[in-house]
Amino acid sequence: MSHAVTAKRPNSLQGGQLPKWAPLAIAAGSLAVSVGLCLATGIESKIQWGLIAAILYIVGTYVISARVENRRQAKDRIATSLVWVAFLLAVVPLASLIWATVVRGIKVLDGYFLSHSMGVVGNSEPGGGVYAAIIGTLEQVGIATLIAAPIGVLTAIYLVEYGRGALARAVTFFVDVMTGIPSIVAGLFILSILLAFNLNFSGFAGALALTILMLPIVVRSTEEMLKLVPNELREASLALGVPKWRTILKVVLPTAIGGITTGIMLAVARIAGETAPVLLVVFGNPFINNNPFEGPQASLPLYIYQQYSLSAGSDAGIDRAWAAALTLILFVMILNLAARALARWKAPKTGR
Amino acid sequence: MAKRIDVSGLHAYYGSFRAIEDISMTVEPRSVTAFIGPSGCGKSTFLRTLNRMHEVTPGGRVEGKVMLDDENLYGAGVDPVTVRREVGMVFQRPNPFPTMSVYDNVAAGLRLNGSYKKSQLDDIVEKSLKGANLWNEVKDRLNKPGSGLSGGQQQRLCIARAIAVEPKVLLMDEPCSALDPISTLAIEDLIGELKERFTIVIVTHNMQQAARVSDRTAFFNLAAVGQPGKLIEIDDTERIFSNPSVQATEDYISGRFG
Repeated sequence: MSHAVTAKRPNSLQGGQLPKWAPLAIAAGSLAVSVGLCLATGIESKIQWGLIAAILYIVGTYVISARVENRRQAKDRIATSLVWVAFLLAVVPLASLIWATVVRGIKVLDGYFLSHSMGVVGNSEPGGGVYAAIIGTLEQVGIATLIAAPIGVLTAIYLVEYGRGALARAVTFFVDVMTGIPSIVAGLFILSILLAFNLNFSGFAGALALTILMLPIVVRSTEEMLKLVPNELREASLALGVPKWRTILKVVLPTAIGGITTGIMLAVARIAGETAPVLLVVFGNPFINNNPFEGPQASLPLYIYQQYSLSAGSDAGIDRAWAAALTLILFVMILNLAARALARWKAPKTGR
Repeated sequence: MAKRIDVSGLHAYYGSFRAIEDISMTVEPRSVTAFIGPSGCGKSTFLRTLNRMHEVTPGGRVEGKVMLDDENLYGAGVDPVTVRREVGMVFQRPNPFPTMSVYDNVAAGLRLNGSYKKSQLDDIVEKSLKGANLWNEVKDRLNKPGSGLSGGQQQRLCIARAIAVEPKVLLMDEPCSALDPISTLAIEDLIGELKERFTIVIVTHNMQQAARVSDRTAFFNLAAVGQPGKLIEIDDTERIFSNPSVQATEDYISGRFG
């Protein structure tokens, strides 16, 4: 009949939506409930508070979202919150580590600390500094880089540009094996050579052990960077009548140099913190030894260890250890920043 | 000084797979020859055998003779690098060197092969860019990166780079397939000018382009997938497109397959 009222069709495109502040509110709510529950039941560990809050947050988000919005949105929010929780789990320890190092290291870190050695100071006494260790690390890491970087880059060039047969497969296999060598095994290897030839501890021996650890990283990352250079560039250069070695040197390498440098810097950052091989073959030295080829040297990671162990846990020793840890972290961070700046400067430009 | 190409009994392989079989043809100096045919028929493979780029692919192998005037490119003791300086190539996708400026790109072929004075290089770069119809557009930005140009400009830059080393033959592998119609027209006009100085061989999917640009056309085909490609017919372009001798050519041109 013409006056019948037709049933109103629900607006099928629109649905409910949680307001933007909802996730925060649910988080705050679940935290409050968790803290309340834990205080009531006598659970004191902050970690457990956090875990219970996280679980409540996820469950709460799902339930509330399923009521107000629809189930697909609820699942979407669950996925988002899982990702966030994972991120926080990863970042919180890192942030806490950096915070602890900065707070404890800054106590003794000053110009004096950076420019004096431990020569005349007893291990449990305050005073003294990390200069010998800085010199040692710089020299050992420097020599290791001078050896490992060219060999690594040339190996990678061989594997990517020339290698086709059994030799290439063997090299790749051994590089993969070397990637997994524990650092103390590398140190033992060099130590056995020192003992076989009746040589003394030296910074150079440490550099050799660090080279073994650095080489596979440089080879792998250079390989990846070279593979990223499009083949069309090599073909364009070859088609101009440029010999293959010149193509690699003048076209492929300059295109990949940003990434290769970053790879080398990252490898350097990694070996700067290796303690085990240095402990075995460099031995440590409270006095300044500028010559890496003769006599034991100090080294930053070794210094940290020795300040703790040799000072029998005294406060002065522990303070110095933290300050040296902070120095090491700063050193690695500066290297990383330098690597990024270099990569950006050298990247193929796309300006108009 | 353009040269003539004489191919006889050419076979090309990828490993043990024969990609093209028994090709024989002649390309006259200072002419444009187009290679047409369906996808996978071996036109690009054949083109790459003409400047010994086929063997750069792992497993690439060639049998037969390619004579450049009176020298066999595949003769004993012939250095592929020298061959590639005589026979230049322009590729399907423009590939200027990304770390180099426009000037450095054009000069790359020269600089990487010998040492030249700055004034000599300036002259050659200007001449090549004028020859590629790019000079007016880039003369104020010679030191800017080569990759900052548009697609058509980049392709003309690659052509300038290829002609800067003064090859005798210029091979072009579908040079316009990545470009818009206006840039395509610019390059086709350019080919018309360049043929005064070089022998040009162009592979193209676009039959209208082959009809517009070339003096002679060669039609390639394969019997079935997995079979080697063969040269079916080569003739003056007008004849091929109006009255081809082989039925397969007629079918391809009128769009019955391909």
